[in-house]
Amino acid sequence: MTSGRTVIDVGPVGISASVASARRRSATRKAPWWLWAGAIVIVLPLALAIVSLLFRALDATDAAWETLFSLRTLSLLWRTFLLTTLVTTTATAVGVGGAWLLARTDLPFKRVWGVVFALPLVIPSYVIAMVLVSASGSRGLITQLVGFGIPSMTGLGGAWLALTVATYPYVFLITAAAIGRIDPALEEAARGLGASSMRVLRTVTLPQLRPAVGAGALLAALYTLSDFGAVSLMRFDAFTRVIYAQYSGRLDRTPAIVLSIVLIFAAGAVIWAERRTRGRGTVFSSTPNRKPTLHRLVGISRILAVGAMSIVVLVGMVLPIGVLATWVVRGMSKGADISVPWSAVIGSLTGGTLAAVVAMFFTIPIVVLAARFASRRTMLLERSVFVVFSLPHITIAIAVVAFTIAWLRPIYQTMFVLIFVYAAMFIAVSTSAAKATLLQVDPAVDDASRSLGRGPFATLTKVTVPLMSKGLLAGGALVFVTTIKELPVTLLLSPPGFSTLAVRTWAAADELLYSRAATAALILIAISVLPVYYLTIKPKEVVRR
Amino acid sequence: MSEDIISADSISVSFDGAVALNDFSLNVPAGALLTLVGPSGCGKTTALRVIAGFQDVDAGAVSIRGIEVLGPKTNVPPEKRKVGMVFQDYALFPHISVAENVGYGVRGSDRVSRVDEVLELVGLVGYGSRFPHELSGGEQQRVALARALAPSPDVVLLDEPFSNLDAPQRERMRRELKKIIKAAGVTAVLVTHDQAEALAIADVVAVMRGGTIVQVGRPDAVYRFPADPWVAGFLGDALMFDGNVSNGQVATTIGSIESDLDDGTSVQVMIRPEWISPTVSETGTSTVVDTEFYGHDQRVEIRLNGGDMVEALVPSLNSIQVGDTVTLSVLDAVVYAAQHTLPGTRQG
Repeated sequence: MTSGRTVIDVGPVGISASVASARRRSATRKAPWWLWAGAIVIVLPLALAIVSLLFRALDATDAAWETLFSLRTLSLLWRTFLLTTLVTTTATAVGVGGAWLLARTDLPFKRVWGVVFALPLVIPSYVIAMVLVSASGSRGLITQLVGFGIPSMTGLGGAWLALTVATYPYVFLITAAAIGRIDPALEEAARGLGASSMRVLRTVTLPQLRPAVGAGALLAALYTLSDFGAVSLMRFDAFTRVIYAQYSGRLDRTPAIVLSIVLIFAAGAVIWAERRTRGRGTVFSSTPNRKPTLHRLVGISRILAVGAMSIVVLVGMVLPIGVLATWVVRGMSKGADISVPWSAVIGSLTGGTLAAVVAMFFTIPIVVLAARFASRRTMLLERSVFVVFSLPHITIAIAVVAFTIAWLRPIYQTMFVLIFVYAAMFIAVSTSAAKATLLQVDPAVDDASRSLGRGPFATLTKVTVPLMSKGLLAGGALVFVTTIKELPVTLLLSPPGFSTLAVRTWAAADELLYSRAATAALILIAISVLPVYYLTIKPKEVVRR
Repeated sequence: MSEDIISADSISVSFDGAVALNDFSLNVPAGALLTLVGPSGCGKTTALRVIAGFQDVDAGAVSIRGIEVLGPKTNVPPEKRKVGMVFQDYALFPHISVAENVGYGVRGSDRVSRVDEVLELVGLVGYGSRFPHELSGGEQQRVALARALAPSPDVVLLDEPFSNLDAPQRERMRRELKKIIKAAGVTAVLVTHDQAEALAIADVVAVMRGGTIVQVGRPDAVYRFPADPWVAGFLGDALMFDGNVSNGQVATTIGSIESDLDDGTSVQVMIRPEWISPTVSETGTSTVVDTEFYGHDQRVEIRLNGGDMVEALVPSLNSIQVGDTVTLSVLDAVVYAAQHTLPGTRQG
């Protein structure tokens, strides 16, 4: 079987799906209606909510439109644009740099770097933000401990740093996986023609990595655009923070709705920009069986490389864990509330698990349609799943609030809606994992089952689902870890009395109750570290033997 | 041969505008082993999938055992057509054992005994508890066949069943498959792109080109009387000579060939290399320029008097050396009217 592996990387968990190029003809009987019914049930409501948000905005009062065209909105746009550009640039530099050092140089302790460099992935952006805010400044933790400190980190600078730390692991993982698939022969050919290793990097390696780096940068940009937790704790007025303030501070929700729509268009513009700059050259990816020639780091370059990697890990991993642990210890001695927030733990586990189960259930029809009955309509289905996934969560939350209040008042702010929105929002994560698995299975086994007298439903339960179960479970676990760190949707849609570790961390940090926030944050990190390691970091095989 | 067990009538299928089947009609007599042969891309696998029920059509009808399964208003799903299918890459269920694979389509209390019975038929006694990935290609092939035969269908469709086997295995498996199919007493339709395979195994050969059947017949008949020059060339080596009919004869560079076509018709004469018999003779006007000795026979390259080159396939008992002068006799030939263009279905 020819298997051109393509990496599709999605979202805040950065999962990779290897898509075996389907050589076979696609299914040519009609898909059973109930597959479509299942897919539509999960995709349609959010789509409707977002479309109705657009209509709501068209009906908006003049005052709301004035909000839109006010100077304030323009400066809001500018600030968001600035933050997104800065974060995307630094995250790409750090991610690509780290990937290149690991894959193409003789950096010492590579296997350790391969894991720890990606590990900030388990720390949500708002936790990093809280760590930076609480540790810096003249009254920050560092000053309190050692007598002198680092300048206070709030506003643009703090948000920039926090979001860079939160997003560079995605760029790193995607790029590292892509470097592993470049045939070293091309680089050797360039070396043989007399190019220096820097010139090889610039003219051969990087151009081949263009799609991967683009995908990573896109992810970083979308993440920044939709991030709410970090910018709110940094007191930086980006779109999401202002939308939330407009929403929670006022009776009239129209300004929040109008701003949400601007944010949707901003996300669209980012995706469009990435498409536009995507080169037209074809990149042949393969699984090379040869080891690349490693660039030798000697003298100052070796020290610089190790130093740079260390600083990143220090800021992204050591500092956050150290600061969180210190807050807990200090809380203990000062009698602050550091008890395990059981209701939040249970809330996170319940919410995450239910969302994962619902997402897995609805992943089945979507993936079977996409992998076994591929057509224009199934492409549209998959695309809408990814569009929903790339929308800023705060806009989804606002759309769902507006929609349920207008049409589904009885279920407004119920667990049912919350779980459904989680599942619908993150289903792209589990569909790409499950689809990758299913595409590796010869579609003829489904036909074989049918020809042996089993109907489409029996074939699904006895053959198709068992064969995709590994990918489906991995996808479910990814939905779980993504859900438990989610913030804006949880804040806006939670039923009264429902709390999660994410909400507790953010709310406590917002009120400067750092010991309390740190306890919740550490539990949150502890819950996600294993799934994230096994499902996201390890499969990438950052360091190849 | 008795009545037809499969009857496909005027089927058309296209994929995104590309025609895969174009007015495809085929009748399969009960008990026959029919091979559907054609170059790759001619639509033979699509035809098989239409019969099995995996492929919807633009037009046409299919009946199995005299009952319409596909028509303007009917489209019986594959699981209700009771047709066994052996897939190109076997499509064994990788997550269950051989016995469970074979028993997958069997319902009822005699499931276990039926599985044993079929495994014995294909020569895999004792393999039941293994998993598909633990088997060799040939063994997987047998499991696929056993699985298709287990529910006791009276029709089995096989899609390029030997394509994953190496050459010596192919030939052995081919003979064995024929025996198993005959022992099971089923009607079989086997798709292949390999004409030698198609001719060797079949009771009936159906030759396909461009989405339609161009000729159906016994292997010896289609080989000896190909419907048109294309079929002649597809099924074996064919030498073509141009000429005109005059007094019931066609004068060609290799000699005079009889024809009952009207005088003045311009024709193409097809002669297979083994239909040319060279005899070494002092007075011969053709010269042997090369020989390839195969053991059971030999290929002889001959320059004709006029300078044209022909090849003859002659028994190795005939001693022929390079440089010999020979006289040629033509044992058989097929004459086609030259305007007879593709595609055609005239029996040769």
